[in-house]
Amino acid sequence: MNKTRTRSPAPDPLSQTFAALADPTRRSILSRLAKGTATVAELAKPFAISQPAISKHLKVLEKAGLITRGRDAQCRPRAIEAKPLKEADEWLENYRKLWEANFARLDDLLDELKANPS
Amino acid sequence: MLKQLTVTTPSDREIHMTRDFDAPRQLVWDAMTKPELLKKWCFGPPGWSMTKCENDLRVGGRYVWEWSNAEGEVAMRMTGVNREYDPPSRSVRTECFEFGCGPQAGEQVVTMELREDGPRTVMTMTLVFPSKEARDGALQSGMADGMNMGYDRLDEILAEK
Repeated sequence: MNKTRTRSPAPDPLSQTFAALADPTRRSILSRLAKGTATVAELAKPFAISQPAISKHLKVLEKAGLITRGRDAQCRPRAIEAKPLKEADEWLENYRKLWEANFARLDDLLDELKANPS
Repeated sequence: MLKQLTVTTPSDREIHMTRDFDAPRQLVWDAMTKPELLKKWCFGPPGWSMTKCENDLRVGGRYVWEWSNAEGEVAMRMTGVNREYDPPSRSVRTECFEFGCGPQAGEQVVTMELREDGPRTVMTMTLVFPSKEARDGALQSGMADGMNMGYDRLDEILAEK
């Protein structure tokens, strides 16, 4: 809907967020970072994939603005960025509420149908 | 008792929904497919109502659903074809919004499955869109409507039940 554009000037960042979140490895990385910053080596440890592969995932997350890179030149620890995640969550939550209102009515209808079988 | 709707995005082009209903499967199936029952609950945003519901319940059968806004104007129309129809457990249909529902290019394919869980029924619905942009557009329409109606009115409706 066009009216949405007035509120969120660029739908693209959100699309990037969803794309970044579509991958299970990247979601695992985020949940690890939710506990605190970590270096690439630390992040790669629990996964059965190479450090370059992890770096690739980190790049996607970084591009989506979901993580940031620390200034420490030696290990450049990554940290989670809350804002884009929150926006994506709000998006889903509103969609969910819209449907939930429908399903709440459906609950009532089902109760009626159970009480008065035709 | 957990009846909360869960919405996830398992891939770039999908929306996945799961919801429990405290009713036998046949009843849920009827309520989700029969026009006279659909009209009683499938409203869209608050203030809207479903004013037209034609559903040719056969494989290859077409359907036309229309919603009107609070002013009584037809505000959204969805059409499509029932691709699979296997009562009371599974249906697959195409959905195409002619107007009123965001920048959706092409049609989406919606698979609805009902699974028995004792006396309850678990519904899963998977929407596959032609592109990520179309999927995001659909999600955003929820955002827009959520914003417009405001949480207060929505809470009222939820509290009514």
